[in-house]
Amino acid sequence: MEQEIILSVKDLEVKFNLRGRILHAIRGISLDLYKRESLAIVGESGSGKSVLVKTFMGLLDANGTITNGEIRYDGKDLSKLKTEKEWLAVRGKEIAMVLQDPMTSLNPLKTIGYQICEAIELHQGLKGAEAKAAAVSILEDVGIPDAEHRIHQYPHEFSGGMRQRVVIAIAVACRPKILICDEPTTALDVTIQAQILKLLKDLKEKYDLTTIYITHDLGVVANVADRIAVMYAGDIVEIGKCEEVFYNPRHPYTWALLSSLPQLGVKGENLYSIKGAPPNLFTHIEGDAFAPRNPRALKIDFVKRPPYFDVSPTHKARTWLLDPRAPKVDPPEIIQNLRREVSGNV
Amino acid sequence: MSEKKTPVLEVKDLKVTFGTKKQKFTAVNGVSFTIYEGETFGLVGESGSGKTTIGRSIIRINPTSGGEILYKGQKINGPIPKELDRELTRRIQMIFQDPMASLNERAKVDYIVSEGLYNCRRCQSEAQRREEVDRALTDVGLLPEFASRFPHEFSGGQRQRIGIARALIMQPDFIIADEPISALDVSIRAQVLNLLSQLQKKRGLTYLFIAHDLSVVRFISDRIAVIHKGVLVELAETERLFAHPLHPYTRALLSAIPLPDPAAEKNKQLLVYDPEMHDYSVNQPIWSEIEPGHFVLANEPELAEYRKILEE
Repeated sequence: MEQEIILSVKDLEVKFNLRGRILHAIRGISLDLYKRESLAIVGESGSGKSVLVKTFMGLLDANGTITNGEIRYDGKDLSKLKTEKEWLAVRGKEIAMVLQDPMTSLNPLKTIGYQICEAIELHQGLKGAEAKAAAVSILEDVGIPDAEHRIHQYPHEFSGGMRQRVVIAIAVACRPKILICDEPTTALDVTIQAQILKLLKDLKEKYDLTTIYITHDLGVVANVADRIAVMYAGDIVEIGKCEEVFYNPRHPYTWALLSSLPQLGVKGENLYSIKGAPPNLFTHIEGDAFAPRNPRALKIDFVKRPPYFDVSPTHKARTWLLDPRAPKVDPPEIIQNLRREVSGNV
Repeated sequence: MSEKKTPVLEVKDLKVTFGTKKQKFTAVNGVSFTIYEGETFGLVGESGSGKTTIGRSIIRINPTSGGEILYKGQKINGPIPKELDRELTRRIQMIFQDPMASLNERAKVDYIVSEGLYNCRRCQSEAQRREEVDRALTDVGLLPEFASRFPHEFSGGQRQRIGIARALIMQPDFIIADEPISALDVSIRAQVLNLLSQLQKKRGLTYLFIAHDLSVVRFISDRIAVIHKGVLVELAETERLFAHPLHPYTRALLSAIPLPDPAAEKNKQLLVYDPEMHDYSVNQPIWSEIEPGHFVLANEPELAEYRKILEE
């Protein structure tokens, strides 16, 4: 099935200048985002997943620059946009974002209604009573009861889950094409988390959204994602359909991530943990960035950076293990029967 | 589990309230449980359910307004002698949730870790203190050299280790871990969980593990108590609880656990707990032991129903 590409990233590189030292945050990422799909980006903190999506919205910190590559969206190259004015046409209107912490992403001094109307007035050109009516209907859409009344309340009068609903309402109020959710449920309880994920999925259908989730929780990923991109040290090491990445992971880093899930742990035994620490992105990385932490690294992993090898038309991974000349290395046993383990346990 | 279990901590009908008169809010209401030596006791609930308040009243930060907390048979809530207070400070330690916020940014690791030693005057000499700090840091997998650094120089996982070293240096028997891994990455969670269980084996520690993530609690705990709005609703051995959750709230919590399996996750049925589903107008719910070691909050008709489920 040929899918329409809505956003296309090519050879993107992002560098940060930190007091004269150069930090290589994104090291050559190419990624196609299809219309109406939901893509999950997984990785440890510091792997560059937030930086990647921030480039889509022009939200990089002042010391960060895109040094190479392009971001194609709607015939434009977003990486070439410079001024705030140019960005305002995209940000919020075309691509919107839901941030991690609903406690800090709302203005505590303004009513919820004011904050939603602000977005509606700016992007849809509605005024006064019309904007308010639109705000009420959006609040109802995100499942806030008694919206007519609650619109006059302040953020502190809402619980964490309700606040996250408000943040989502503000994001979709501008009718964006792409919705980026940066750890949307990390700060929330499990029960609330499940409700918010369901809401996001419903809204995606209703408003015809393309969604990008950034998360480190693989349980969340399994719930929402059509495709998964695994990031490590500023690079996508594996990308594929959700089922492909969970049931047939190919990159050693994906293996390690899956193995360290507490859901797979056996009580009384040690949980698998990845040795060492992520590489220092200030220095130039030779070969496969994960090699020093990979107990089964090949010699070539330390010398030459692997290209992508196709596992299936929709699934590719950046590891020498997929080279026809590579020795056969099986994924760890614990994740080979991931499916059985998980369903057997719960 | 072991045959003869010695209780370390007994909580009896604990009640904690905040505010006075009109503003009064009961955070914990009639909670009772016992933690035995060498076990890990998981306390699970959503935010605002009072789980942290229980932890804090055990280490005497929050005053209790009713009930008893017994540590090795000795009452430790309310007014207690000064010596006992000091003794308890050493015996019961706490590990906090957010390693970014719980370490003093302006103090070196050396001071952070040994602050407890200064306060309890446990060390005779400076050399002895340094030795203790080095040992505590090595125990949690950090290098002794790190003592001269500041917290901002460390990653989240390392900071949490510093937090653990700070608790360990007091040589406690009982550690309250309040969401110790919620703020950490998946891969680092595993490291910290492993460290906690290694330390438990080596030193025979007893943990009270407070969390909202049931998948983690399941991995580390021997027994789990589920708390909802300040009231315990169910308590059982971990596998018992997962195999036969009885209270509707427990079932709702279990159904919300995210599974790392797309097929199961996309088809799962989410249960929602509505407290109004209980008909408590005639029969008041009581905290009763439905099978050995398995407690649930229910009234008579519900108990009968639960028994039926268990028999099946």
